[in-house]
Amino acid sequence: MGSFILQILNGLDKGSAYALIALGLTLIFGTLGVVNFAHGALFMIGAFCAVTLSRMLSLSFEEVDPTKTDFLGQPLVVKTPYVYDWFGPEAGAAIIDWAVPLAILMAIPIMIAIGFIMERGLIKHFYKRPHADQILVTFGLAIVLQEIVKANFGANPVPTPAPTAFQGSFDFGIWLGFDPNIIIYPYWRMVYFAFAAVIIGGVFAFLQFTTFGMVVRAGMADRETVGLLGINIDKRFTIMFGLAAAVAGLAGVMYAPINSPNFHMGMDFLVLSFVVVVVGGMGSLPGAVLAGFLLGILESFASMNEVKSIIPGIDQIIIYLVAIVILLTRPRGLMGRKGVMED
Amino acid sequence: MLGLNKKDFSLLIVVAALAFFAPIILNIFPKDSALSFFNGGYPDLMQRFAIFGIFAIGFNILFGLTGYLSFGHAAFLGVGSYAAVWMFKLLSYNVVPAIILSVIVAALFSVVIGYVSLRRSGIYFSILTLAFAEMSYRLAYSVLTPLTNGETGLQVYTNDPQILKGDGPSVPHLFGLEMRARTELDIGPWEFTFPVGYYLCAVILVISFYIAIRIFRSPFGLTLRAIKSNQNRLRYTGMNPKPYMLTAFVISGMYAGLAGGLLAAMDPLAGAERMQWTASGEVVIMTILGGAGTLIGPILGAGTIKYLENVFSKMNEGLLHQWFSFLPDFMEDGVIWVVSKFTGEGWHLMLGALFMIVIIFLPGGLIEGGQRLMNAIGMGKKKDEQSNSAKSEPAE
Repeated sequence: MGSFILQILNGLDKGSAYALIALGLTLIFGTLGVVNFAHGALFMIGAFCAVTLSRMLSLSFEEVDPTKTDFLGQPLVVKTPYVYDWFGPEAGAAIIDWAVPLAILMAIPIMIAIGFIMERGLIKHFYKRPHADQILVTFGLAIVLQEIVKANFGANPVPTPAPTAFQGSFDFGIWLGFDPNIIIYPYWRMVYFAFAAVIIGGVFAFLQFTTFGMVVRAGMADRETVGLLGINIDKRFTIMFGLAAAVAGLAGVMYAPINSPNFHMGMDFLVLSFVVVVVGGMGSLPGAVLAGFLLGILESFASMNEVKSIIPGIDQIIIYLVAIVILLTRPRGLMGRKGVMED
Repeated sequence: MLGLNKKDFSLLIVVAALAFFAPIILNIFPKDSALSFFNGGYPDLMQRFAIFGIFAIGFNILFGLTGYLSFGHAAFLGVGSYAAVWMFKLLSYNVVPAIILSVIVAALFSVVIGYVSLRRSGIYFSILTLAFAEMSYRLAYSVLTPLTNGETGLQVYTNDPQILKGDGPSVPHLFGLEMRARTELDIGPWEFTFPVGYYLCAVILVISFYIAIRIFRSPFGLTLRAIKSNQNRLRYTGMNPKPYMLTAFVISGMYAGLAGGLLAAMDPLAGAERMQWTASGEVVIMTILGGAGTLIGPILGAGTIKYLENVFSKMNEGLLHQWFSFLPDFMEDGVIWVVSKFTGEGWHLMLGALFMIVIIFLPGGLIEGGQRLMNAIGMGKKKDEQSNSAKSEPAE
């Protein structure tokens, strides 16, 4: 029982990342009808926002401290981050420590701007072109984005730690009445799950309870009619693209402490997120979220030793197997609307 | 001649001539001149031209004719490589059984994957093939290690059975003719290398190209084009498109397997990274860059990409400084800073940007670019058959 709960918990954090990326992909597909292969790159850029901010915050000036000497006997050069100077050493240290959550503030405008530029500058011109062309141009864009990141940050993963307050693990089992040390779960993953839940809830609330969201939903159902009513639906869809980019970026920011960002993390997640979207149902937002968590949990169950001893290698391929079975038996996905991209 | 009309036959002759004189054409600059940097006539590179040319021709039979965009073709290439290395391990270093088996195994694989994937079209087909390829890649890395040797890559060890080897050579060979053997020819300042391995690839390339022309011009090829332009209408006329598409898929899978077998024959090593989906993306890029749906486009695309890859990734900053030394200092640094982002390590950035430019402005690839250029300077004839087929249509 203990290990059962542990696997569910383990699946949640990966599932959250899948769900967030898939949510963005579905927003873009549902509104603009574009299959965005560059969405993984947006996730990766988000993660590198966290890296950039933590580097910017630790920018230091150098001072020669004449009272101390280094091991060669020369005057010691002391590096002091600017934030220490501005806010005092304690507040400065705290700011550096909290770089990753602070990066959220930085990532939102950056990601929205990138989303706008992408949609207005590139994808706009591909609405009338076949899906294959859309896939190809966004695939090219993904290569370009990831290579730019690689040129600036190098090819190696950049460790980006979580704030010290969230490092370490939490004994979840005691809460549920198990013995200690059965269900150990890192704090940051809990934070990630909570964060994902808030974002997903926020997006749904935005679509459900605001006038803007209502118009967007109407546009997703029938773009032409909404346009005929005199509403500038294109502008709203552009904003939704920015929102989708921001969701992917935020997923990336918060994922940085879980998995050190590297330039190809986006591609790794992209393939899986596509599978998630397909399983959930093309164009269905609840489907994307549900399938994200479901596949994340399935994946963590499949990596249990008991399961692996029965079917070796199942942990590597379970997601793809599920996708193949779903596509062949229920092509519209778990929660897809009837008739949307069904053939 | 050979069942081809005059135009196709001359195209075949051109390809054959290019393939056979490639060692000379690609080493056109004298050995010691400054331009020798742009020479591409090394055995290794020329082999890749031919092999990826074959791969792209095969991919084009599927994507160019039917419009179905597969993102998993690298899986067949990888499977072909593994099959070939296994033949080296079990029988001998003779490449003939290895290549034959790699084609057969890739065909079997593509029958299975194609049968399942082709039940869907459009983007679903792309995702299904992607999922299958990723599955094969991950399996090759993990559970199938006894078959694939996991991360190390499959290679031939001295204690392998090699039952037919006898006292034959212990490198890949064609009935005793070693693949890595080569003839050097020095004419004045020029130096040409004629490698055996490359000529094997070139012969196979020309044969595959011939088969591709026959497929393009056959009733079967016509049916595939009909599938691309309107599947529903085809169904109304009482034809079932599925068997045709599966055949096209299997043929293109066999081409990929052949390319994989040849890769292993040139260098008896097979690794799982050949199956990764980015490798599948590469063949997509090659085909589109050259011109999907045209006969010669894919070969052109494969050659261009492999050549640019070679040239751009060996440009380093020292070399750039040498080239741009005629500029004033401040400009030199700026130009080099920009250019260095696209060369050396940054070659993939260049590739991505180039690919995007082609997709945005030249959906028909280099072939279309050439035709537009010809039309612009008033030399071209009216758009011929090839440019019509170059227009990409959705697969739905």
